[in-house]
Amino acid sequence: MTSSESIADAIVSVRGLSKTYKSGFQALKRVDLDIRRGEIFALLGPNGAGKTTLISIICGIVNGSEGSVTVDGHDIVRDYRAARGLIGLVPQELSTDAFESVWATVKFSRGLFGKAPNPVYLERILRELSLWEKRDAKIMTLSGGMKRRVLIAKALAHEPRVLFLDEPTAGVDVELRHDMWQMVHRLRKSGVTIILTTHYIEEAEEMADRIGVITSGELMLVEEKHSLMRKLGKKQLSLQLQAPLSAIPPGLESWPLELSDNGQTLTYTFDTQGEDTGIAELLRKLGELGVDFKDLRSSESSLEEIFVSIVRGRA
Amino acid sequence: MNIHAIRAIYRFEMARTFRTLMQSIASPVLSTSLYFVVFGAAIGSRMGNVGGVSYGAFIIPGLIMLSLLNESISNAAFGIYMPKWAGTIYELLSAPVSYVEVVIGYVGAAATKSVILGLLILGTSRLFVSYEIMHPFWMVGFLLLTAITFSLFGFIIGLWADDFQKLQVVPLMVITPLTFLGGSFYSISMLPPVWQKITLFNPVVYLVNGFRWSFYGKADVNVVVSAGATVGFLLICLGIVWWIFRTGWKLKA
Ligand SMILES: Nc1ncnc2c1ncn2[C@@H]1O[C@H](COP(=O)(O)OP(=O)(O)OP(=O)(O)O)[C@@H](O)[C@H]1O
Ligand SMILES: [Mg+2]
Repeated sequence: MTSSESIADAIVSVRGLSKTYKSGFQALKRVDLDIRRGEIFALLGPNGAGKTTLISIICGIVNGSEGSVTVDGHDIVRDYRAARGLIGLVPQELSTDAFESVWATVKFSRGLFGKAPNPVYLERILRELSLWEKRDAKIMTLSGGMKRRVLIAKALAHEPRVLFLDEPTAGVDVELRHDMWQMVHRLRKSGVTIILTTHYIEEAEEMADRIGVITSGELMLVEEKHSLMRKLGKKQLSLQLQAPLSAIPPGLESWPLELSDNGQTLTYTFDTQGEDTGIAELLRKLGELGVDFKDLRSSESSLEEIFVSIVRGRA
Repeated sequence: MNIHAIRAIYRFEMARTFRTLMQSIASPVLSTSLYFVVFGAAIGSRMGNVGGVSYGAFIIPGLIMLSLLNESISNAAFGIYMPKWAGTIYELLSAPVSYVEVVIGYVGAAATKSVILGLLILGTSRLFVSYEIMHPFWMVGFLLLTAITFSLFGFIIGLWADDFQKLQVVPLMVITPLTFLGGSFYSISMLPPVWQKITLFNPVVYLVNGFRWSFYGKADVNVVVSAGATVGFLLICLGIVWWIFRTGWKLKA
């Protein structure tokens, strides 16, 4: 498997990590993963795949059952202080204090991680996250998107070298999502390694250098984004025909076409990453052949469908 | 030692106290004043002296202990229960802190608050009765020791509780009866002989009597035994906390 190749300069190294919850449910199955120093790594997978479990173990919130993890060479159990000091975590759940002010909670986080106070740095973070105006507001008076940013500010308060973002853009509006993407890129420039989970394929596409796909606790693949996007980025064009066809029209046999619905629907699968989708040419050829259609629809396979196809393809 | 972390937790907890000043300081002081009015002034005037001390003065150490126990337990229990309940515990678990630092932060803050409260009640009682403190050093010692011990105990309850009811049940069902039966309002010698014996199994008796001795130089139990029992309970609590953190019990899945 691609994931077992070991990377010399890995900042996070996961080896044979398994997790069985008390309920007896096995959420992780012998996961091996190396995160490169300074990269943005996107962890994709359907609900319940084990993304949060993996992150929680690395961060020290959940105990692993088997295997080991090191962060910059520090074992997360034996050398937890050094390991955890390097990590910042933005959890999936919006868990915040209610009555604390934004400023107090960020200051608390910095102290908790063993750093001397640094109001100048904290101010910079709050400004970057557009929270400076809200610094004296009680957290419970903030909107959901603002709370999410407070959690990011808390995670950054101690200047971590590795940042985990567990679905950072869930429930976040488009504008803020783009702001976050920019912030992530800025952080990466300053040398921070970023591991994020997301259900939005465009987000992985926008941000990640590499992508890992996890399903049912198994890391199915780890690949460079560009090579993976080619596999993931499949689109389909469905044509509702005026008259049913009994076979793919001559001259189009080499095209990725499929007939269904008793020959009433013609489906074309194409690659969104390609220079040319081929749609124009297909429609022209169909016109020449006198194949008329009454409706057309294009669809993108959902991330979940893609996971399933990846899993099937590998099985 | 992650000193910054201890300081952060301590400050956070103290800020919570000052945010809820009415509830956390004013209301215990008020209720203690009511005790003085009822027991000290109204009933006490008919009680005469207990062991050479006026009844009003006699109950001061007991009343302070009563508040000290309740406040230490509930404050520490709430302090660690809240982050569990709100989910913010994730930060504590992911931080480079050892259990020793966590305990010092939370228990230290809870104990500080109850000591402040104890001193406030001591001051308030001055308005109702006059008293002297024969052994101020011991008095402060018992105050600190009790505050720390029962804050630790509360911390354990807060770790153990997974709903609000459990958070309340131990203070309500165990501590309150023990404190009322622990000789806060009476001398053990007033009890029938059998109950005098049974009462000695109540740990609160040792706290109240040790504390009372530091005021008036007299108590139902030897002060050394009192101090020993309190320290013993402190060690038990420390042991439990150590075990809880070592096993990650109820904190980590
Ligand atoms: N404390 C727990 N006890 C028992 N099972 C758990 C616990 N936490 C998670 N699980 C189970 O482990 C599996 C993985 O959960 P996890 O939260 O890691 O998934 P995820 O990939 O983050 O999903 P999502 O995309 O929905 O956030 C799920 O089936 C979940 O029900
Ligand atoms: Mg998750």
